[in-house]
Amino acid sequence: MADSRFEDGVYKYFTAMISGSILVIIVAIIALLVYAGYPSLVVNGFHFFTSSVWRPNPPNAKIITINGIDSLSGSSYGVLVFAADTLVSSAIALVLAIPASLGIAIFLTQVAPQRLAAPISFTLELLAGIPSVIYGFWGFVILSPFLFQVMEPYLAQHFAFIPFLAPPVQSAGLLAAGLLLAIMVVPIIASISRDFMARTPVELKDGAKALGLTKWEVTRKIVLPYAKTGIIGSMILGLGRALGETMAVAMVSGTGVQTLPTSLYFSVNTIASFMALSLGNAVSDPTGMLQAALMELAIVLLVITITVNVIARIVIKQVFASSENIVRV
Amino acid sequence: MNLSTADDETESIAIEDRERIPSWQDPRVISSYKRRRVEDFVIKILTTTSLVLVLYPLADILYRFAYRGLQSISLPALTQVARDGGLASNIAGTFLVAGLSTVIAVPIGVLGGIYLAEFSGRSRYAELVRFVSDVMAGVPSIVLGYVGFLLFVLYFGWGLSALAGGVTLAFLMLPYILRTTELSIRKVPLSIREAAAALGSTKAQLVNRLTFKLALPGILTGILLSISIAMGETAPLLWTAGTSQSYPCGLIGCPGGVGYLTRIFYDFLLNPNPTAEVQNLAYLSAFLLMSFAIGINIVARFGLRRISKI
Repeated sequence: MADSRFEDGVYKYFTAMISGSILVIIVAIIALLVYAGYPSLVVNGFHFFTSSVWRPNPPNAKIITINGIDSLSGSSYGVLVFAADTLVSSAIALVLAIPASLGIAIFLTQVAPQRLAAPISFTLELLAGIPSVIYGFWGFVILSPFLFQVMEPYLAQHFAFIPFLAPPVQSAGLLAAGLLLAIMVVPIIASISRDFMARTPVELKDGAKALGLTKWEVTRKIVLPYAKTGIIGSMILGLGRALGETMAVAMVSGTGVQTLPTSLYFSVNTIASFMALSLGNAVSDPTGMLQAALMELAIVLLVITITVNVIARIVIKQVFASSENIVRV
Repeated sequence: MNLSTADDETESIAIEDRERIPSWQDPRVISSYKRRRVEDFVIKILTTTSLVLVLYPLADILYRFAYRGLQSISLPALTQVARDGGLASNIAGTFLVAGLSTVIAVPIGVLGGIYLAEFSGRSRYAELVRFVSDVMAGVPSIVLGYVGFLLFVLYFGWGLSALAGGVTLAFLMLPYILRTTELSIRKVPLSIREAAAALGSTKAQLVNRLTFKLALPGILTGILLSISIAMGETAPLLWTAGTSQSYPCGLIGCPGGVGYLTRIFYDFLLNPNPTAEVQNLAYLSAFLLMSFAIGINIVARFGLRRISKI
């Protein structure tokens, strides 16, 4: 008896220790990034968050020393353009994706017969599992050329009076990134909201139907309020995904003109896509300041996405509904 | 006294209400009923439209890459290494890196998941682990790539290598395996646990002989899906795995590290004038990645659900 209790105890503490590795990993991630980004944190300070100029390698730069840390004279590191592009492209994605996803979720749970809903749900989950780089490649070879050559000139010509649609058309840009991100987050938002909507107790729905409510009224007055937290949570998760998406945005981002966007045709450099494209240049800076600044960018992105995910986790207690329903968020 | 007055009031209100409710023949009722029916119909159309709008680009992606991929499929493309204009070394690299990350992440994730499901009770520590792993699942993959670059490539001195890429991908897979293992084990019915307890089994016996085995299909589903996620990732590997043009020579120390399938697109992006061969390789690798992802998803969601006993 004592033996078995001992065995159980060992089992418990051994597995508890193993599960703690995830805590070690997250602490290591934060510590490493702060350590590697420290020179940039010290030298760039608040300038990093208020400047929109990212100029790591100015011509004729000399190495100067500030607070004992080397950097290049005249270099400037500002996150504003990247932060703005990240937020705007994700916002466009959500504006497009939320109505579509809710439409799909309502269609699957309220409108479609079971025979139709099951295969469509399955397809959606399958699509959530397709690598983001595939979406990016599709954006690169199909979506961007279409937008740049057909759609955007048309919009700029006929809808120039609408803000953000005025010419000149410079690149597929923000619109392409927003559309592509929307296509990528729809399966996430739709499948999670569908799960929550499907959990509405059938008694409530039957009662409402018995009172003569139409399907839409049942949806609006019973199902949507019941699934509210899940739907909001799924939107936040979709936002998190859009904010951190790297390759898909990098592949449609256009030719990196780094200015604050004033129309939908501006090229995009989100924090994540810029990070993916830039680490290779870090060796060009002999002082290592560029690498440190990129690490600070990583910290900014990490803080943003962790905040978003913590909020999502607080809203919906359980992010993953079952083992069959995991999506890369 | 109070009670009876309250009753009277309700009754009188009820009667007034009944008088206020118009009969179904009232024209106001009929017009509102028509309006509601129209509203219902419009919503039906709108939701169906949204489905079609979303499925259209997705169908286009599937169709185009299947079509172009099958067009550019050829024996040399599949069997020659990248230096000779094929994909074989990249395919090998993808399997090597994903295999490594699976070998690392699965034992940690499954054992950790067993703790969360069976031993944690309501402890604060377990709540923290759950919370952190859910948050970790949302950490952008490029951030993990940067961390892998700092830790494995620079500080550990592994350089660009399969090992550095594999461990970085393991970070990505771990939260999924941890949580799906926990959820699958939790699904095992209480009656089975009670029966085991009634027969005097210890917790270790219960876990090893019953709950783990019953939950195994679910656990495997989670593992397979996270492997599929790992195989399709690019960002964590960009600065950890490398760009080798030939077969991986080992875990670390190969010149140029290890090439992998998704790398094709990154190089494609940086290449201003891709030749027809380069384009064909990109389409082929898109097709392969898509097939792996869809194949694994179908096995995980359909095949394993079949054999699940719970």
